[in-house]
Amino acid sequence: MNRYSREQMAERVARDIPEGAYVNLGIGLPTKVANYLPPEREVFLHSENGLLGMGPAPAPGEEDEDLINAGKQPVTLLTGGAYFHHADSFGMMRGGHLDICVLGAFQVAASGDLANWHTGAPDAIPAVGGAMDLAIGAKQVFVMMDHQTKTGESKLVEACSYPLTGVACVSRIYTDLAVIDVTREGLRVREMAPGLTLADLQAVTAAPLLPALNEGEPA
Amino acid sequence: MIDKTCDTLERAVADIPDGATIMIGGFGNAGMPSSLIDALLAQGARELTIVNNNAGNGETGLAALIKAKRVRKIVCSFPRQADSHHFDALYRAGEIELELTPQGNLAERIRAAGAGIGGFFTPTGYGTLLAEGKETRIIDGRGYVLETPLRADFALIKALKGDRWGNLVYRKTARNFGPIMATAAKVAIAQVAEIVELGALDPETIVTPGIFVQRVVKEAA
Repeated sequence: MNRYSREQMAERVARDIPEGAYVNLGIGLPTKVANYLPPEREVFLHSENGLLGMGPAPAPGEEDEDLINAGKQPVTLLTGGAYFHHADSFGMMRGGHLDICVLGAFQVAASGDLANWHTGAPDAIPAVGGAMDLAIGAKQVFVMMDHQTKTGESKLVEACSYPLTGVACVSRIYTDLAVIDVTREGLRVREMAPGLTLADLQAVTAAPLLPALNEGEPA
Repeated sequence: MIDKTCDTLERAVADIPDGATIMIGGFGNAGMPSSLIDALLAQGARELTIVNNNAGNGETGLAALIKAKRVRKIVCSFPRQADSHHFDALYRAGEIELELTPQGNLAERIRAAGAGIGGFFTPTGYGTLLAEGKETRIIDGRGYVLETPLRADFALIKALKGDRWGNLVYRKTARNFGPIMATAAKVAIAQVAEIVELGALDPETIVTPGIFVQRVVKEAA
């Protein structure tokens, strides 16, 4: 089966982030999206630990332990960037000021329910961080994930079996097989990896899929 | 003359009793008041409830306090990290209690305490495990969860500069929880890289006004 590479997924998400957007990129795969935002497009990257206008990793030897991102990795501040305290930072998230956040996920349900913080395993130490705040706060929540688990189970499901991060909060899903919108009617396929048919995609997806709308057809 | 500065780190933390609730600033190691934590370790208070975003990293700071078994309970958002092995071991042994709070609720509960707010409804966590047993309400068609303020006896925070009135400025993302924790504790103690003369801080750029700060002490070299 043809699959999008991680780099292609990151490039694809970046295409949907317009100039002027205030954006939070989650830890892990979503971080890669920043590499595909063209420098001439001004996008404001937010980091939950108190900065807007986050720049790329510093050159070796230029790291500053007081300037880190949510993953606690050293970053830089772009010209025009700002620092602020945690309540302001989470106010930006919870108050609906961010246009887009991009998150990883264990599972997404057809209703847009998101599970990405806890596997529910009895021996797991629970840790939530800012995941629940991002899930409910951004105007659009994009999820970036593999379509299936390593053992071949669909991560798109009718109802999440893992503990929820947020209810009906996901707007769009980017997987290694497809780009899918969460709509009132259900999961609507926008794009598929080259050569894939809707039947192929449905066969590896544990929630009903709706076909792509034709250009110009009202959503 | 009002002088909130302390000569020594030891004196700054001398009156923290066993069983105290202490907010500790920092996000990972950025903003972690390591000098004050070391002084607290030496001082010996135990059975502490600690409020921090994490549960210690590596061997120093909060991790050292946890390792020394001084912490009875931790209120945090993200305890599980590759280098949080001291917390992991005590948690699995049932020797430390965890109150897990979404990070934005943690920040807002601290802010609410400092601002005299008796509680607030937030959409964060609605419909999840972390809202179980909490009061909920539908407001304008959306689900919200009631969260309560989080107060402390002491706050240990790190700032860049402070003066004898307790005015503070911070450095980069080391600011994080410092300004809100200072407002939510009965006694806020700030370790600073530099104690400056009154008037040296531009009043337009002071982040924490001295009303929220009771003690200022220079960090260890």
